[in-house]
Amino acid sequence: MSISRRGFLGAAAGLSALALAGRSALETQPREPEPGGGTPAAGTRWALVIDPRKCLEAGDCTKCVDVCHTVHNVPAIAEPAHSVKWIWKEPFERTFPSLQTDYPPDDLRDKPVMVLCNHCDNPPCVRVCPTQATWRRDDGIVMMDWHRCIGCRYCMAACPYGSRSFNWKDPRPSLVQTTPDFPTRSKGVVEKCTLCEERLAKGQPLACVAACPAKALVFGNLADPASEVRSLLRSRFTIRRKPELGTRPAIYYIV
Amino acid sequence: MFEKAVTGGRRYWAWVSGLLVVMGLALLAYLRQLDVGLAVTGLSRDVTWGLYIAQFTFFVGVAASAVMVVLPYYLHDYKAFGRITILGEFLAISAVTMCMLFIFVDMGQPRRVLNVMLYPTPHSMMFWDMLSLGGYLALNAVIALVTLGAERKRVAPPRWIKPVIIVSIPWAVSIHTVTAFLYNGLPGRSFWLTAILAPRFLASAFAAGPALLILLCLIMRKLTWFDAGREPVRKLAVIVTYAMLLNVFFIALELFTALYSQIPEHVEHFEYLFLGLGGQAPLVPWMWTSSVLAVASLILLLVPSLRRREPVLAVICVMVFSSLWIDKGLGLIVGGFVPSPFGAVTRYAPTLTEVLIVLGIWALGCLMVTVFYKITLAVREEVAAS
Repeated sequence: MSISRRGFLGAAAGLSALALAGRSALETQPREPEPGGGTPAAGTRWALVIDPRKCLEAGDCTKCVDVCHTVHNVPAIAEPAHSVKWIWKEPFERTFPSLQTDYPPDDLRDKPVMVLCNHCDNPPCVRVCPTQATWRRDDGIVMMDWHRCIGCRYCMAACPYGSRSFNWKDPRPSLVQTTPDFPTRSKGVVEKCTLCEERLAKGQPLACVAACPAKALVFGNLADPASEVRSLLRSRFTIRRKPELGTRPAIYYIV
Repeated sequence: MFEKAVTGGRRYWAWVSGLLVVMGLALLAYLRQLDVGLAVTGLSRDVTWGLYIAQFTFFVGVAASAVMVVLPYYLHDYKAFGRITILGEFLAISAVTMCMLFIFVDMGQPRRVLNVMLYPTPHSMMFWDMLSLGGYLALNAVIALVTLGAERKRVAPPRWIKPVIIVSIPWAVSIHTVTAFLYNGLPGRSFWLTAILAPRFLASAFAAGPALLILLCLIMRKLTWFDAGREPVRKLAVIVTYAMLLNVFFIALELFTALYSQIPEHVEHFEYLFLGLGGQAPLVPWMWTSSVLAVASLILLLVPSLRRREPVLAVICVMVFSSLWIDKGLGLIVGGFVPSPFGAVTRYAPTLTEVLIVLGIWALGCLMVTVFYKITLAVREEVAAS
């Protein structure tokens, strides 16, 4: 498997990028197309760099959540057991359980950080899905086909980040308002963040990124060494969630 | 042959109608779930699989256990199992059908079930589970019908059936191995991420299945003219003893690895199941019951003079079956989801709807076993009379 991937990488046009940045290129170059299609974009690996401290400076701000959930018709369900979430806040210590320290810095302890689908390079959810209703695009976006999903929830068992939501009931009555140019979902299917692929296709910024008043979320192309995300990764120390699992998330956190 | 299932005494029809009533109630409950969605269950964002998938897992074991009568009879020519081999195969057919239904009722979009075949996905263990379960059902159906048909005509079974039977032996092992792989290969679910899961599944299957078969033999001796004989029941009890010994040993290995390493994410699931975590302990009484029953039944099984006394053996078999039903049909799946990836301890308790649906599938399994065994006995009666 890894040999064929390397062979592919060698043949790919991204050879120069490989030479430029060995480690990140290996992790970020596009892979073989996944069955199920997707729109390949050569030399593109979308990623987010999140700065929790900037986010905290904005206080109780939930603009990214509100905008994302509105434009994507994510239902507002009160009971936590049945809630559907694409991006939300979780306490720092719960988000990074392997980073537990008995003496965390004051500005991070118990403080919430934004979490969402990690759009892994090696996504376990894609591996387990029995119908390819979830698949990985060449630009790194882990996609969902809500019309193919059989609702077995195997992907939810496989995701080590709790990033996936299931529609335990019809979500439509729980929509505060409906955005007409984005589909609503039916009961019985899994859903999650798709990194605003519908907006990217139109050249628009991600909804959460555009909504953030503190500029705590930075979106960009990891395959481009001149991108803002790459410059942040060069200059700041960042971590990813549960890197020991080998999923290689594309969401980085500045600590 | 199936016409033999529609003749029976009052007791038979009372039992069958009772089962049909339970199935009817379950159907109503399922229609409600179909209408509202899986919100009618006790499942949640954190505990996404519960009673349905747990029952599926347990009954895959019951199905696989048919191999414990098929293998000695066909590979070692152990004649004493000759009269009960087909009972094991019919039990397997019923159990696999139950498994498929448990998966089906767990699906959020049951209308799309064929997508699993329309978009075959070899990198998903669910694809392989579908193949292995479906194949096992077909193998056992063919074997049972052909051998019973031959018995009816008082001829030897056709020669081609022998290789089919031989294939069914490793196939039985495969169904429970692949079922273990469903849970086994998930990063971040430490409770299941253990290489001993498949052997553990097989050990518990080879204890629970034969225990059930012993009980069925004893029930049939009481209610019908059919007597499986003392020898096969004793042999099955030996199989239960060895399998239970391995099962308890494997669980002890799991506990040692988790508790001695003290790695929190490995310890926490056991803590939740046996002591409670974050103030929540819904499964604690169940898990201790299961453990006490496992150890107690094992001690009784290890004393040959006790094991050979059939009334004692019946009690032991109920203990073994209950213990393993709790362990696999309750603790194993729910315990894997708590704590959640965020460390949350989320309560799961099956709802009435969920329990009714499960009971309905159990009733269907009982009905299938009843009908199959009735046909088998009727055929044998016919052969004996002529």
